[in-house]
Amino acid sequence: MLTRREALLGSVLTAAAVATIGSGPVMAAAKDVTGLPREKVTLVAPPFVHAHDQVAKGGPKVVEFTMTIEEKPLVIDADGTQLNAMTYNGSIPGPLMVVHEGDYLELTLINPDSNTLAHNIDFHAATGGLGGGALTLINPGEQVTLRFKATRSGTFVYHCAPGGAMIPWHVVSGMSGAVMVLPRDALKDDKGKPVRYERIYYVGENDFYIPRDEQGKFKQYDSAGDNYDDTAKVMRGLIPTHVVFNGKAGSLTGENAMKAKVGETVLIVHSQANRDTRPHLIGGHGDFVWEGGKFANPPAKDMETWFIRGGSAGAALYTFRQPGVYAYINHNLIEAVELGATAHFTVDGTWDDDLMMQVEAPKAIAS
Amino acid sequence: MSFDPVFTFGTIAAAALIGLGVSNAIDGTSSWSRAPAAVAELVTLKPGSFEHPQPGEFLRDNHPVPAPVTKETIDTPLEIMKFQVTASDYDRCVSDGVCKPAGSSIVGNVPATGVSFLDAQAYANWLSAKTDDTWRLPTDVEWAYAAGERFRADIEGGDGDPANPARRWLTQYRNESALGRKADPEPRPAGAFGTNSKGVADIAGNVWEWTSTCYGHVTMTSDGVARSLSNCGVHVVEGFHRTYMSNFIRDGKSGGCAVGTPPDNLGFRLIHEHGGFVQAALRRLGLT
Repeated sequence: MLTRREALLGSVLTAAAVATIGSGPVMAAAKDVTGLPREKVTLVAPPFVHAHDQVAKGGPKVVEFTMTIEEKPLVIDADGTQLNAMTYNGSIPGPLMVVHEGDYLELTLINPDSNTLAHNIDFHAATGGLGGGALTLINPGEQVTLRFKATRSGTFVYHCAPGGAMIPWHVVSGMSGAVMVLPRDALKDDKGKPVRYERIYYVGENDFYIPRDEQGKFKQYDSAGDNYDDTAKVMRGLIPTHVVFNGKAGSLTGENAMKAKVGETVLIVHSQANRDTRPHLIGGHGDFVWEGGKFANPPAKDMETWFIRGGSAGAALYTFRQPGVYAYINHNLIEAVELGATAHFTVDGTWDDDLMMQVEAPKAIAS
Repeated sequence: MSFDPVFTFGTIAAAALIGLGVSNAIDGTSSWSRAPAAVAELVTLKPGSFEHPQPGEFLRDNHPVPAPVTKETIDTPLEIMKFQVTASDYDRCVSDGVCKPAGSSIVGNVPATGVSFLDAQAYANWLSAKTDDTWRLPTDVEWAYAAGERFRADIEGGDGDPANPARRWLTQYRNESALGRKADPEPRPAGAFGTNSKGVADIAGNVWEWTSTCYGHVTMTSDGVARSLSNCGVHVVEGFHRTYMSNFIRDGKSGGCAVGTPPDNLGFRLIHEHGGFVQAALRRLGLT
């Protein structure tokens, strides 16, 4: 069993090795950035997204975010199964950060001394320095500020990558989120025509690997470090015990179901930092889907199910046309129903008989 | 729903020790094969009538409507187990090689959970044979009668709107969400959820109970004529709310409730068919 202290030490040593691969502090562009306007954004917990402009106003700016890392136990299913979670800003997934292409994203990452492990952040949207991982490794009690230029538009994963075996363990403990870099002149459909959304939801999908005891019951550990050895064994089997949206089976159902109205256009950003998935909206479609998540590519149209590669985020735009309760799932139905990857939308509005109607209700078979 | 208060205090919380377990205690032997030790505390409910929302799905003029409420009558005293069948009770049937081990590994004086309709039936048949008496699952009506003020029935979506079927789905979904019931999966010791006004324990706790009533579609015409088609591969399950489960399902979480809160656990209690045997047992115990 790895102690807390050993886990901490181990991650620091590995990360130090990684840091030597990375470059030194970035200075070259600093003078160009000093004169830019700055905007400070307060992040909100998923599935919600902080207020943002769909079309950029003015020129590039520096958008400032702050995230505090929290290590804490979280319940991940209805049975009370506990994950020794590691989180960006307290939520799984971490919050979605929205900027425009050409903007600078400046993140202050805080690792309070109440935590026990070293952490960092690797932005798939960033260029160089292991996505920022090489420049952001912080021990409990430290903070760091990283700035990167958003050179490509799209939805991109960020995740913790503190070196070696720590990388997958931190990610499957909850440390991932996404960045959305919008084109300055808004999203465009397949013909290059601008499209807008009235609502946006961010769904982060996680695969968890909780060890079981001899009776087959999920085990509980005092701290993250205590579970490392057992968890690593389950991870190597590659079969998750849980596949969930937003940190917990049922986190986006009931009172927390996502909401929309008939006629509203919704953008659903879906990330999976570790494992492939295939979102599907039961009874709906993806009108325009950026499967790979990169907005410079024309979106696919009329998708039934879309593929999100492990380690990426995608986006689907849909205008609801019929009221009702919709399930939004990972269409590996075993993962959706048995392992937890199900969310709901409740959609109010007028029913369209032209799109669907029950011509005849169930009755005995006519003889 | 209304229950005649006469019956709420008229129940007899009779501790009826059933089977040869009584003489067992006297002669000091403990061999189950010689002496069935099935001990079930029963509650006797006096006959009476009550208003009951029917189970199943109901259509009128091709549109879903709330379950009609009918007057039901229990015309002879009804003896029902005060507690759900416990894990230790159920284990005796397993030890006898008749029942399949339950899906839950919890043992002792807690409700047997992780049991399907088929398991419950096997237990009832085994207990009947052991005690030379009749034990069976309650019908939905009998269960509701015993549940008294704790009976909820289906979570309703109200009248179907012919112009907008989604309205009923949304209403039902929101009604269920508004109940705010959180998952509560760990079975508690028998009696932990208290007794209702009829003296029946643990109704609508965190163990839902199998009934012998089949799921059905009922089509009604405007003149009230109903035609029903039942599917006995699916049975009515009662508890915090009413739901419907396939006979082989042992874990309610994966067995039904397409949207909304599934049962935390599946268990059961049984009806004892009256045959003069209880009085004999009571006399032997000096309780009469």
